[in-house]
Amino acid sequence: MFETMSLLHLQQYWWILVSILGALLVFLMFVQGGQTFLYTLPQTLEEKKLLVNSIGHKWEFTFTTLVTFGGAMFAAFPLFYATSFGGAYWVWLIILFCFIIQAVSYEYRSKPKNFLGTKTFDFFLFLNGSLGVILIGAAVSTFFTGSQFTVNAYNLSKWQHSLRGLEAAFNLTNLGLGLGVFFLARILGLLYFINNISNENIYQRAKAKLLPNVIAFLVFFLFFLISILLKEGFAYNPQTKLVSMEAYKYLHNLLEMPLVLGLFLIGVVLVLSGIIITLFKSSKKGIWFSGLGTILTVFSLFLIAGFNNTAYYPSVYDLQSSLTIENSSSSKYTLTAMSYVSLLIPFVIAYIYYVWKAMDKKKLDMDELSKEDNLY
Amino acid sequence: MIENIDISLVDWSRAQFALTAMYHWLFVPLTLGLTFIIAIMETIYVRTGEEEWKRITKFWMKLFGINFAIGVATGIILEFEFGTNWSNYSWYVGDIFGAPLAIEGIMAFFLESTFIAVMFFGWNRVSKKFHLLSSWLVAFGASLSALWILVANSWMQYPAGMHFNPDTARSEMLDFWQVLLSPVAANKFLHTIFSSYMVASMFVIAVSGWYLLKHREKLLSMRSIVIATTFGLIASLFTAYTGDGSAYQVAQIQPAKLAAMEGLYNGKNGAGLIVFGILNNNDNDRDEDDITMKIEIPKMLSILGYRNADAFVPGINDLVNGNKEHQIVSATEKINQGKIAIDALAKYKEAKKLNNQQAQDSLQKVFEENYKYIGYGYLNDPKSIIPNVPMTFYSFHIMVALGFYFIFFFMLVLYLAIKQKFENKKLILRLGILSFPLAFVASMAGWIVAEVGRQPWAIQDLLPTIVATSNIDASAVMLTFALFAVLFTVLLIAEIKIMISQIKSGPKGGSHV
Repeated sequence: MFETMSLLHLQQYWWILVSILGALLVFLMFVQGGQTFLYTLPQTLEEKKLLVNSIGHKWEFTFTTLVTFGGAMFAAFPLFYATSFGGAYWVWLIILFCFIIQAVSYEYRSKPKNFLGTKTFDFFLFLNGSLGVILIGAAVSTFFTGSQFTVNAYNLSKWQHSLRGLEAAFNLTNLGLGLGVFFLARILGLLYFINNISNENIYQRAKAKLLPNVIAFLVFFLFFLISILLKEGFAYNPQTKLVSMEAYKYLHNLLEMPLVLGLFLIGVVLVLSGIIITLFKSSKKGIWFSGLGTILTVFSLFLIAGFNNTAYYPSVYDLQSSLTIENSSSSKYTLTAMSYVSLLIPFVIAYIYYVWKAMDKKKLDMDELSKEDNLY
Repeated sequence: MIENIDISLVDWSRAQFALTAMYHWLFVPLTLGLTFIIAIMETIYVRTGEEEWKRITKFWMKLFGINFAIGVATGIILEFEFGTNWSNYSWYVGDIFGAPLAIEGIMAFFLESTFIAVMFFGWNRVSKKFHLLSSWLVAFGASLSALWILVANSWMQYPAGMHFNPDTARSEMLDFWQVLLSPVAANKFLHTIFSSYMVASMFVIAVSGWYLLKHREKLLSMRSIVIATTFGLIASLFTAYTGDGSAYQVAQIQPAKLAAMEGLYNGKNGAGLIVFGILNNNDNDRDEDDITMKIEIPKMLSILGYRNADAFVPGINDLVNGNKEHQIVSATEKINQGKIAIDALAKYKEAKKLNNQQAQDSLQKVFEENYKYIGYGYLNDPKSIIPNVPMTFYSFHIMVALGFYFIFFFMLVLYLAIKQKFENKKLILRLGILSFPLAFVASMAGWIVAEVGRQPWAIQDLLPTIVATSNIDASAVMLTFALFAVLFTVLLIAEIKIMISQIKSGPKGGSHV
């Protein structure tokens, strides 16, 4: 079935798959967003326990999606994996440190004799939810703004900026997406608490915190969006494979791919719908609308970055070193073999859906928590 | 191809990978084994309906959770470290090596992370049978995860199912099934997971033994010991069996590793296996066999390596200098061939740039004739093909000795448990506690044999470690090495303190502040 596909189609198929993983990752960052509220949302120890245990039952999904995203990039686009991780060393290492400390924090934070104390583990969660998310956003934004690296004839890469990736955080557009994703994660975190926890005080306070975060999100995200739509983009010629700058490239990509434009607009509308029904109709289902909207919006942004003859990981140091889905991918054989494995993904999504539904059929409250043997 | 080689960078990159991998491996064997032990206990609970079995299951699950969290924390860095610290390697073999890692994520990690939530939080939310299924799926998922990462590791030791594409300057996959089903992969996977089950069994025996010495939790401890000992005995027998298979494979594909494992410098027919011995001179420049207090089983190394009591086992000198009688090519000759391959590749690239098809064809032919030894072309000293002999030798012998010790230990404990004489044997109980760290020593020693013993190669014969690193300052890697050392040590202290506290509290409570 996949053998008959051309190499280009397989590359496009895999770009779609990593885009889906990236989009799911941003949605699942409601866990990280929720972590940033542990200091400000709860007013009692019990309320804090409700919040921590609510997102604590889901943190592994985000973590696993991040790891799978990395693995899929390695398998499908190894030149990106080698260039970006080996080059932007510090930004990725800091992101990884933020996730390492998250992984132990839920399990250890409330255990006796935990050595570092609950406050330290809660700070780890805050750091993961803030710094980790902002840096991921900034790193992904370089898909549009570019980085400084070269790739030689043997496809071995060399980073040309002494800050080794941290320079991304000093670019306003990158910072715009970083902070945009940060506030989006916080919005999703609040919507998730509203949906998952049955506690009137938490509900009222979460609802009250929604609007300021929405405003901050809109400011930063629109700044990022307008910046990239109005700037020159990194186009490549499918015949000569040469990369060149093209005015309004990302705007052109949106307009030239109506399906992507449609998905993007539906995504934005759904994100806003989830917020609006929560704020004005007191609905508790906003997470599902905003969550789906986030997935569609981020998915379409990835497609704008990589499709329509666009270099998805551009080098501003040497344009011809820029990575495209064509020049950075695995071989046809490997992409074909991996494509068969990808047929498992719907099955994986199905069992996650089933388990999620089974575990969340009853909302979390103090009564439920009191029955738990394993509390965070 | 490679601009320059910074040995300090290579050493620090290796040190960082070794540090993070060994920390990770402190927790993985427990995860692999405890999931099965817990699933077995829960199965008994579901079949008998006896509440005590539920209590036992939950107790071990609590300890498993503490271990699992830090296993996850230390594991994430390993996947990304291939990119951050070994980016040349990542490009060179990403077409093959990346696939098992991605499959691990899709097949195993989601299975684990989804059903582990049911395991811990689903007791009151799903049916008994669904909960049991979840526990088995977590056990299955953990071992499935091990399968894929060990397939990737095995491919580095035995690069099957691939070819080198001079246009992309990388190795590319030709046959997925050869990568997945290579005999090295099958053997390495089984050897690793069975040895991990042994470690987890020893953990259960040690904790249960401590309770019995303290006259606490008698029923829980006795039942746990019976299950862990049975599980451990089966696992230890399979570990020995697959260890034999490993030795045979090492002899065929990594003869320098086998020679280092046995400290064998001068090859011989009917070589004996050293059971015990001390290397007299602990450096790699020795050129003759010099082992004191040697206890040897005659001809056993030839049998292990070649299934023939009189077979010739090459020593390090044979591999460095060559041995015409046994058709062993010298390292110098391989280095020369490797340099020809590297030179042909560079000229091929130039010819391609000039669009000179004729030159491309002839250079590709030269390249393919010499490609087999391309990795040697990056080496200058023939002796650099020798791994660290003392480290490999002692690790191998410690691993084997402890492996046999555990078989006898499990047999003894199982016998005493069946005869219901276990709880009063304080010496055995104390031995069980003291032996638990030895299980880790054996497991770590096994990895040292596998990884130190295969040096200087990242990919056997094709890519030496010295050219696999990222293009990065050594000082940056030194700094991250220090950061990982501090962070992982702090987390390890936290893990051990929490674990001890939870064990002391027992199954009845005290799980949270």
